[in-house]
Amino acid sequence: MPVADFDVVLGLEVHAQLLTRSKIFCGCPTTFGAAPNAHTCPVCLALPGALPWLNREVVELAVRTGLALGCEIQPVSVFARKNYFYPDLPKGYQISQYERPICLGGAVEFTVGGEERRVRLTRIHMEEDAGKNLHDVAPDGSSGVDLNRAGVPLLEIVSEPELRSVDEAVEYLKALRAVLVALEVNDGNLEEGSFRCDANVSVKPRGRERLGQRCEIKNMNSFRFLRQAVEFEVRRQVEVIESGGKVEQETRLFDPDRGETRAMRSKEEAHDYRYFPEPDLPPVRVEPGLIAAARGALPELPRARARRYRERLGLPAADAALIGSDPEVARFFDAAVAAGGQGAEAARRIANWLNGDVARLANESGLPPRAWKLTPGALAELVGLIEAGTVGGPGAKQALEECFRTGASPAAVVREKGLSQVSDASAVEAVVERVLAASPAEVERYRAGNAKLLGFFVGQVMKEMKGKGNPALVNAAVKKKLGGP
Amino acid sequence: MLSIEEVRRIASLARLTLSPEEERLYAGQLSAILDYVKQLEELDVSGVEPMTHALAAGEAPALRADQVREGLGAERALAAAPAREGTAFLVPRIIE
Ligand SMILES: [Zn+2]
Repeated sequence: MPVADFDVVLGLEVHAQLLTRSKIFCGCPTTFGAAPNAHTCPVCLALPGALPWLNREVVELAVRTGLALGCEIQPVSVFARKNYFYPDLPKGYQISQYERPICLGGAVEFTVGGEERRVRLTRIHMEEDAGKNLHDVAPDGSSGVDLNRAGVPLLEIVSEPELRSVDEAVEYLKALRAVLVALEVNDGNLEEGSFRCDANVSVKPRGRERLGQRCEIKNMNSFRFLRQAVEFEVRRQVEVIESGGKVEQETRLFDPDRGETRAMRSKEEAHDYRYFPEPDLPPVRVEPGLIAAARGALPELPRARARRYRERLGLPAADAALIGSDPEVARFFDAAVAAGGQGAEAARRIANWLNGDVARLANESGLPPRAWKLTPGALAELVGLIEAGTVGGPGAKQALEECFRTGASPAAVVREKGLSQVSDASAVEAVVERVLAASPAEVERYRAGNAKLLGFFVGQVMKEMKGKGNPALVNAAVKKKLGGP
Repeated sequence: MLSIEEVRRIASLARLTLSPEEERLYAGQLSAILDYVKQLEELDVSGVEPMTHALAAGEAPALRADQVREGLGAERALAAAPAREGTAFLVPRIIE
């Protein structure tokens, strides 16, 4: 049976680092990139006698996330110890939540191949991150341990095994990430590991009831790797079943260099984590007042924003989704539309420029919207100049680059650089006459019936005018001077 | 009474190597502890909310404000480390 005759069932566990200033149980900073172990204290080093003290902001961010995803916020939740030995885990246990997590239920909504999907969540819980192992730091092959990340707060967001393809998994992750970024609970950075994902993968022959054994895949720090890893794992499991074997439940590591998953040696032994309630932390109570305040402060979420752009401003779905998924870009867009105030047509033009040339300039410069010199008002002004016919496409593009670089006003740039479009009919006609006089042979052929040459004359005129001719006027003038075939 | 097998499994999870005498000794001691605690099962607690902590939720002190506090710094953190490389703790080679 080919892979296509198998159903794929995926569940995702996302670990999202919370945007707090300090760690979950101590006052050490959470900032990235310090020298190893610079951000440590007795609590996160697990020195004897040190006691954890829960960061209130972690609870608030968990509640905010739970509300945005439609979870039931639990009035009382309990931290538990997950016991295992690993060099990056100084206490010998991770403080996590087990039987009583802070959020139950909820769902992530996304669109895949034009279809609306809603995948349910099992739970969301709070936990601490482990430290980081540094491989091959010493000549003899010894490893290093950096505990700066130990105790950084995480939310673990667990989906039901309801994803049916790798496309769904990718769209689910993108939608979830966009929500977390919009909520300002997570920075959405896969490469730096602040948004991580493990996938539970299993397959079954199409139509069968019973699922195969599932494998957990770790270490996929980009959407591309997630795709590669899951596709590899599905093929591998199908091959095992096809050859009469049984898929073993195990933890597998994705190796990006080889595009393969392999069983993790450190997880060979089936784990018995011996969870028990954390005696050093009392149960967490979430007061109704905290929930009400968090609910009141929820921002507009990406899908709601995209819907508003489609329905109120008439943006095409792809443009609306692109702008809606990034809160900073969305704020810029909203401000530009407000500054423009010329209605849906202007909004569409602003969206086009934003997703097109502005996005390109932003990529090239590596600047996020908050660091742009281009202001929303300036983009609106530029679109206004285009709509008024003051500047054409090429001139506008040139002006935008200047404005993006310097923060100047588009009107001033157009004026100073002489980018304004020639909309004076007599000036255009003078150029047309010169072009026609210079190409008598082409004029003959056009008049003999070769209508395609119209484009040639228009092109010549625009070239002569350095792209500043008003295209509609140029077209009309060329036709008029040639006389119709 | 805890079986020798159970004691071995617990020891292996705790990364302890026990001699046969120790296995027998701890089987007895651990069983005695469990039996002692088991006396609690005689109480009728059907009307009592299960507790996970000596303090009920809400009786505990307020949560911590999200403020950064000075830690130890890498040098003091590493002061008692048996081995180091730069400011990283050095441990036997880790294979994932
Ligand atoms: Zn600390």
